[in-house]
Amino acid sequence: MFDLERWQEIFETLSKNKLQTFLTMVSVFSGVLILIILIGFSTGIQNGVRSEFEQDATNRISIRAGITTKEFKGLNPGRRIQLRNEDFAEINRKYEEDIEYKTGIYNIWGGQTTYGKESGNYRIEGAYPDQQFIENASMVTGRFISQDDMDESRKIVVIGNQVKKDLFKDKDPIGESVKIFGINFKVVGVYTDPGGEREETRLFLPLPTAQKVFFGGDRIRSMAYTVKMSDNFDEAVALSAALSENFETDLKSKYSVSPDDRSAFRVNNTLEEARKIYSLIDTISAVFWFIGLGTIIAGVVGVGNIMLIVVKERTKEIGVRKALGALPSSIVGMILQEAIFITAIAGFSGLFLGVIALNIASPLIDSDFIKFPRVDFATSITIVLIIIFAGALAGYFPARRAAHIKPIEALRDE
Amino acid sequence: MIKIEDLHKSYVMGSNSLHVLKGIDFNVKEGELVSIMGSSGSGKSTLLNILGMLDEADEGSYVLDGVPIKNLNEKVAAQYRNKFLGFIFQSFNLINYKNAVDNVAMPLYYQGIKRKERMDKAMHYLEKVGLAQWATHLPSELSGGQKQRVAIARALASDPKVLLADEPTGALDTKTSYEVMELIQGINDEGKTILVVTHEPDIAEMTKRIVNLKDGRIIDDTVVKQVIAKSYV
Ligand SMILES: Nc1ncnc2c1ncn2[C@@H]1O[C@H](COP(=O)(O)OP(=O)(O)OP(=O)(O)O)[C@@H](O)[C@H]1O
Ligand SMILES: [Mg+2]
Repeated sequence: MFDLERWQEIFETLSKNKLQTFLTMVSVFSGVLILIILIGFSTGIQNGVRSEFEQDATNRISIRAGITTKEFKGLNPGRRIQLRNEDFAEINRKYEEDIEYKTGIYNIWGGQTTYGKESGNYRIEGAYPDQQFIENASMVTGRFISQDDMDESRKIVVIGNQVKKDLFKDKDPIGESVKIFGINFKVVGVYTDPGGEREETRLFLPLPTAQKVFFGGDRIRSMAYTVKMSDNFDEAVALSAALSENFETDLKSKYSVSPDDRSAFRVNNTLEEARKIYSLIDTISAVFWFIGLGTIIAGVVGVGNIMLIVVKERTKEIGVRKALGALPSSIVGMILQEAIFITAIAGFSGLFLGVIALNIASPLIDSDFIKFPRVDFATSITIVLIIIFAGALAGYFPARRAAHIKPIEALRDE
Repeated sequence: MIKIEDLHKSYVMGSNSLHVLKGIDFNVKEGELVSIMGSSGSGKSTLLNILGMLDEADEGSYVLDGVPIKNLNEKVAAQYRNKFLGFIFQSFNLINYKNAVDNVAMPLYYQGIKRKERMDKAMHYLEKVGLAQWATHLPSELSGGQKQRVAIARALASDPKVLLADEPTGALDTKTSYEVMELIQGINDEGKTILVVTHEPDIAEMTKRIVNLKDGRIIDDTVVKQVIAKSYV
């Protein structure tokens, strides 16, 4: 491998077959380049989708009520269903074992909020302390809603990071009062959410406080849960699906809604959705690999071809070498090394350029569904191994043919 | 040095079989310079190829420098060729993208000799054939006679026991042929055993012994008085 003479020979033979060498290298090169870019983008899609899901806990189930569309047990369609604290409590009791976090939500859209001279319209949500985990929010400063806040219906508020920036600029908001529809609330915390700005323009109050202050009574708009996760993803998906179904059936029977009425309750099962999308992503990335590998195979066949031509053209030379004492193994080694060399050079250039292209493209791509397209280290190593293996494969058949050349036949003068 | 007994060789082509060597008995002592003559198709090259372990006999025995040559696999044959034999071909068979000295160094490469030593040795043999100043020239930049000299230097490089030359002057004009023969005579004078296949009587007369083949048999084997090539040059 590190034999200088061998390398010299390789360069000499390759330079004798410049055009073929070049064309072959181009095909291997573009194969790898295409593979890298495709993989990069499939990773990008994965990142994008994952970050969409990370806005909230991935094992979240949310339930909201709507309007019936089917006649059932003598009740007319068009009936509005209203969820209440009691519904929430019932589900909590019944499915306690499978539930990790839970919250009932009473929310108001466009809640006018002011602090000093600054003001804005935000979504106001009355929620439970668990909301922090269900929303996948983390605290920037201060704390989230506590059980005491709930028990005493305190007039406190946890604000999103964007709200803090809008109203407080650089000022520390903790302990300050903001007015929501003219009522004072004390800021106890600022949270940030992976969902970004859209999810950070909200204010959380303790649910009882929100219901009292904004005349909600015992009404809630929605409920959200997270399912206890088992280590096995498929099991978790199954549990999540089963729970969602149970919630829906229970509520439907309680409110006398037709079992096939699809709009009276909307139960959103993130885990099930995640599974569907992830399997779609898997399919996409499999297709990408398939296309990329296909182009590499085309390139490898090219390398194999050029090596066959080289062997054929060098039949006489190989005969001479054998007459002078070349072992069959050294001839095989020579051809293999040549093939691996061409494939590797072309392949690595493709890899290199692909990675650079992705690095350049990455910051330019501004889409929710493609984020940070890149090729990770393990994948690069895999591709490198594939390239080397492909080179060896491309060289194998020509090398075998070369090894079988009989010097006496190669040397016969025409 | 070479001992062959009752050597037979047939070429099988489809259902036909061509009996080329029909029982050759033949000995060569160390330091001999032997020419093998005979009309075209008489089996000269076939015999030389068997002696060169490039081909195998069907029957008979072959002993080279005390080593029986029989049922060799390709690897051992390659090693023996490298160690025992030097080849000179009618069409030179130099590697066209390697310069003169690299061509000469080839057999040494396959002996696993280090590059520096290889180059020293190759230069030494190139000097011996009078082409030191052509060391870095490619074969395409050399005349026929020069190419054959490079080939002779290459055959000598591994210091083999026997040199086998199949029509070494076949592609050269008379004057150049004599120059090459002069070189071969010189090498023989230093003690090397050499076999030369030729169909040119004047070339044969420059060896010390002429073996005549006809239809796969030796019909004549005489020691002759060597004509010194130098006197013609
Ligand atoms: N590989 C082969 N397959 C079949 N027949 C062969 C083969 N090699 C040689 N022959 C035949 O064997 C016979 C002897 O060939 P050989 O090459 O030994 O002759 P030669 O004496 O060297 O002739 P020339 O002076 O023309 O070189 C010829 O008839 C030739 O056609
Ligand atoms: Mg012949």
